[in-house]
Amino acid sequence: MLLSLSGLNAQRLPAPLPVWHASTDALGWAQVARAAAESGARLVSMWGVDRHACEAGAAGHVACAAFALPEGLLWLELPLQANAATFPDLAQLFPAAGRMQRAMADLSGLRAHGHPDHRPWLDHGVWTGRPPLQQGEPPAPTGTLPADYAFVRVQGEGVHEIAVGPVHAGIIEPGHFRFSVVGEKVLKLEQHLGYVHKGIERRFTELPPRQAHRLAGRISGDSTVAYAWAYAMALESAWRTAVPERALWLRALMLERERVANHLGDLGALGNDAALGFGLAQFSRLREDWQRRSGEAFGHRFMMDAVVPGGVAADLAAGQAEAIARQCDLIELQVRRLRQVYDEHAGLQDRFMTTGRVLPELALRLGLTGLAGRASGQARDLRCDQPWPPYDRLQPRRAGSDTGDVAARVAVRFDEVFESLRLIRELCAALPAGAVHADPAAPAADAQGAGWVEGWRGEVLVALETTADGRIRRCHAHDPSWQNWPVLEHAIMGNIVPDFPLINKSFNLSYSGHDL
Amino acid sequence: MWHILRQIVRTGSVTEPLPATASATAAADAAAAHRIQREILDILGQALTIRQVDAGSCNGCELEIHAVNNPVYNLEGLGIKFVASPRHADLLLVTGPVSRHMEEALRRTYDATPEPRLVVAVGDCGCDGGVFGESYASCGRVANVIPVDAVIPGCPPPPLDILRGILGAVRHRRLKQRGG
Repeated sequence: MLLSLSGLNAQRLPAPLPVWHASTDALGWAQVARAAAESGARLVSMWGVDRHACEAGAAGHVACAAFALPEGLLWLELPLQANAATFPDLAQLFPAAGRMQRAMADLSGLRAHGHPDHRPWLDHGVWTGRPPLQQGEPPAPTGTLPADYAFVRVQGEGVHEIAVGPVHAGIIEPGHFRFSVVGEKVLKLEQHLGYVHKGIERRFTELPPRQAHRLAGRISGDSTVAYAWAYAMALESAWRTAVPERALWLRALMLERERVANHLGDLGALGNDAALGFGLAQFSRLREDWQRRSGEAFGHRFMMDAVVPGGVAADLAAGQAEAIARQCDLIELQVRRLRQVYDEHAGLQDRFMTTGRVLPELALRLGLTGLAGRASGQARDLRCDQPWPPYDRLQPRRAGSDTGDVAARVAVRFDEVFESLRLIRELCAALPAGAVHADPAAPAADAQGAGWVEGWRGEVLVALETTADGRIRRCHAHDPSWQNWPVLEHAIMGNIVPDFPLINKSFNLSYSGHDL
Repeated sequence: MWHILRQIVRTGSVTEPLPATASATAAADAAAAHRIQREILDILGQALTIRQVDAGSCNGCELEIHAVNNPVYNLEGLGIKFVASPRHADLLLVTGPVSRHMEEALRRTYDATPEPRLVVAVGDCGCDGGVFGESYASCGRVANVIPVDAVIPGCPPPPLDILRGILGAVRHRRLKQRGG
């Protein structure tokens, strides 16, 4: 019903999931956002586009927001006045917008008016010049040290701070966590991210569209299939490429394999963080077997560069589908045994239960998404809500829980492993015959497309604009970690410092996917 | 407890020999891993401590570095251990194109590592900047920021290549010591 708001005139883009595109003014922007918030829609992403030097009459700066409605995704555009690159704040309605808007200011030079937090987010003050996503010369490195970040200070007797990072004490990505604690108890956690910002969105504009899936597949290495599929879907949508059915099935096979690989890794690490080294040893050996099979079937242990625009890079060799299905049986038996161990282990359950709790009401208000959202009563999964081919033929079952603690995020992972194993077996059994690639042809006009995929961590969105001369004007990639990082700050409150690694791991958010 | 013990007994040692279900490729992998493990022990004859630094990677290399620690490759079984502080480390294992935001943190980590220290750059990005290259936000390869003793190409390099790369760096150290 939101799509029928007067004057919105949303057009459906040719994409396998329902994606609607509309342009509006500042008043309409605020109206749509309010209506979306009132109807329980989610804010998926926000980004800026610079369309200067486009065809005459086109707007310069454009603010974009994507909302997930029951009808599909609404990609809303707000062309901005030439002399005032500001747009109405959405963070009052959707708290997750806060950091996204700060990133828009850093990267595109567009500011939300009405939002009180003007601190830079992805810009640490080591480059100067035009914002990197504006057209023209890129910013120049200054060679200076990163600027100090204005953390919010907690005052009071006995309060002290623990500063952690950016270099963490483990094999983990870099970021900074500032804890304010009294004794063992955490009063407040404030994150400072952006340390692995490596200019991905600017880099996209320098790559040929047919080859940029390699960059998309390296936005967050653990979600390479999800990103490569989202990018490919966006390009195929913009260029109206029909992808062969077999290629779609193979993509789903890979996406589910990626989900299982990550869940196996996390389940082991979660056991380890609660002092059950046995869990890590067992799950990491299963994960190794799993990755070797991926390498044999798709030529890469993480299936990087296996999803390409127009289809997949290579077909399965003879016998691989059967081998994959057989491995699912073996892994399922092992994981069922290990689940029993986890469920019956009093020490483990004591650490898992009620730890790092995010109740459904808070999850809804803050927009918690993906796997962590499903563990906090947010019954959303694109594979079930907007089943695109081949998921429309598979009826995936959504996992979920209302308890919102570490135990719930563990349980959802177990349930999703079993469901993905079922899906993989079905995909292998009914794999359609035919080609696995169709060459995407560039249209002779500007084009827009979107890719929207439920990766293992949550929904990944790629919004793409290509030009009439076959370049990428803008490629925005959104990781579900944007929504979930701020919720982690709430999940730790009132818990003890030693439980932070466990809580953090139970979310397992991406730094690279967020920092871009 | 009973379930845990039963599972441990059922699983046995996966480091060597291989599980019966493994394929020919996996068997070849395991044989190579075993050879490398022996060689590290022969050359080193002592424990090696590694501090891993992600200086801007996509996290793919981190996943494979984790895999080196799994029971199949069993890095710790050789006395090679990942440690939490650069002050405890003999070797820095650095991934990523170095982001401008991590440049200073990487330098300080390097300065905090006692001599004689080794630096191994992991992954195509660490070797030459990879798909990200050099830009306003990326310094490119690790060697653009700190001195590098050995590189391990690959995107990401599989665990066996990482083992081989660590071995190469250790050899390099022995040569340095002889030279000094």
